[in-house]
Amino acid sequence: MTAAPVLQVEDLSVRFRTRGGEIAAVSGVSFAVRPGETLAVVGESGSGKSVTSLALMRLLPPGAAVTVTGRVGLRGKDGRMLDVLTLPEPEMRGVRGDAIAMVFQEPMTSLNPVKPVGEQIAEAIRLHRGLDRRAATEEVVRLLDLVGIPAPRQRLASYPHHLSGGMRQRVMIAMALSCEPAVLIADEPTTALDVTIQAQILDLLRRLQERTGMAVVFITHNLGVVAEIADRVMVMYGGRVVEQADVRPLFARPLMPYTVGLLRSVPRLDLAGRRAGPLPAIPGNVPDPLHMPEGCGFHPRCGDHVAGLCDARLPELESAGEARLVRCVRWRELTP
Amino acid sequence: MISYLVRRLGQAVLLLLIVSMVGFAILYLAPGGPLSQFAAGTDMSQEDLDRIAEQLGLNRPLPVQYAEWLLRMLTGDWGRSYRDGEPVLYVIGSHLGATLQLMLTATLLAIMIGCWIGILGAIRRYSIFDTLATVGAMVALSIPTFWFGLVAIYVFSVELEWLPSGNRETVGDGSLLDLLRHLILPASVLALVETAIWSRFMRSSMLDVVNQDYIRTARAKGLPEWQVLAGHAMRNAALPMITVVGLQLPTLLGGALVTETVFTWPGMGRLFLDSISYRDYPVVMGILMFSATMVLVGSLLADMLYAVADPRIRLG
Repeated sequence: MTAAPVLQVEDLSVRFRTRGGEIAAVSGVSFAVRPGETLAVVGESGSGKSVTSLALMRLLPPGAAVTVTGRVGLRGKDGRMLDVLTLPEPEMRGVRGDAIAMVFQEPMTSLNPVKPVGEQIAEAIRLHRGLDRRAATEEVVRLLDLVGIPAPRQRLASYPHHLSGGMRQRVMIAMALSCEPAVLIADEPTTALDVTIQAQILDLLRRLQERTGMAVVFITHNLGVVAEIADRVMVMYGGRVVEQADVRPLFARPLMPYTVGLLRSVPRLDLAGRRAGPLPAIPGNVPDPLHMPEGCGFHPRCGDHVAGLCDARLPELESAGEARLVRCVRWRELTP
Repeated sequence: MISYLVRRLGQAVLLLLIVSMVGFAILYLAPGGPLSQFAAGTDMSQEDLDRIAEQLGLNRPLPVQYAEWLLRMLTGDWGRSYRDGEPVLYVIGSHLGATLQLMLTATLLAIMIGCWIGILGAIRRYSIFDTLATVGAMVALSIPTFWFGLVAIYVFSVELEWLPSGNRETVGDGSLLDLLRHLILPASVLALVETAIWSRFMRSSMLDVVNQDYIRTARAKGLPEWQVLAGHAMRNAALPMITVVGLQLPTLLGGALVTETVFTWPGMGRLFLDSISYRDYPVVMGILMFSATMVLVGSLLADMLYAVADPRIRLG
């Protein structure tokens, strides 16, 4: 994959002003995604993954309470790189749903309950592609068929409550793909679904990606899903990137103790006999964003932390080999 | 759908029966009675009063009176007013027009203005506009209507002499302009309070909706903000308002007691008040049954309308 990135994020930070003080929800996040590539963004709840994705779409609530800094470059439909964060709102509206689209976590609540699904998909098509009502309807039928919804023409007039969760998520995907975006952001699209449906949706996304060559930013906390779908992985903790690598090296040899912990806490059948006892979990909880620990954000929960070193200052995100980044002062000694 | 309607109508009949019993009993328990009107005159002897009581059937036991009234009601005979001997239905009918005119004007004004205030307040939450609207609504709701009415009369009728202070029309005029001039003050006073109510309902409904996930989805499609609000938020926010309209229907026909009294408006509210003070039992019972029916019809209509407007709701 040597093509130029379609999405290039540099030093993205998002801060919220709250009553309790300022919260750094995302700090200095940088990454790039190329056409046809899938980047998985992994982390626990509160690690800043969803805020990052909303910032890319510029869907964070506007106003003085939110400050977004950094640079988000997005390849527009005309091939020009757009500076998403400084684009005037009317132009941004033309980009949203067109060059960059998003699938949300909750298919149950993400569709308007009082509008037929056909109409909800057609809306984006008519808006960005300028098709008339009839042509847009035909396009919706094609899309519903593409995402594997049986009898698509009959489904046009269905309301969301007529459809199952998996079907609704397919509708959401059809809606997101309707204008053939260069970048698709999928924010935990399978979390709310049954396991069998999860597999179907992942399979669908992969097939659609092969077909359209779009870049996918896949946000998840499920490492099983990551192994399934990702080319590259970015691990986030406390709003910061703590490790970034291609998917195979990351699973084979995680460098950051947090990543090690995440991988260890995935249940594994093949080890079930050998390693009796409870499933290892990372001790403690995600830090309170108002009171981030000094030094490395993970050190209070880290089994390998050294007093006076890990809590002294924030480690740099440093290069650890080809296409690999890690944020840990001890990674060299910890990984053989 | 049919079985639903039948069930609802059955419930309604039962409810009306209970309302009539309670109403009848309360009227009977209230001190005084129709006869005290006549007794107030000095030239009435006890024999005269007894004879009137006999004529009106007031000397019989309460259950008998009730049964007789109910049977006549069921045959469509609502009785005659004690005051002037007019049929009750005619009395109600002759006051309904004035009330409808006043209440429809006020309610339409209130819905149009109130909903916009509510929507704007929700979109620009905690803005200066929203704060002013909130404070204004609280003021309008906490100050009694008759005070607004009196102030309006004092300012616009007494001091400025722009508008008439009461009644529905000038005797002998009755042109459209004259009707309108009489309508402005009472309708505005009534609309003031209703606007406050509507703005609060609409604001909270809209706030509820704009934070929903599907609004974010609509924005993620790249829809312009007005289309997000008009096409996705407002329709959903308006749904609960149907229930409010249904609950407003009875007051629409029942009249506004205070406003009609302050502005001597010849509507249902004043008729009710007058009839109570005259102990005009047939008219009071008639109005009671009429309003109770309207409450039931209103809520039934609202529920059916809701089912039409919201595809998730199925009556059954």
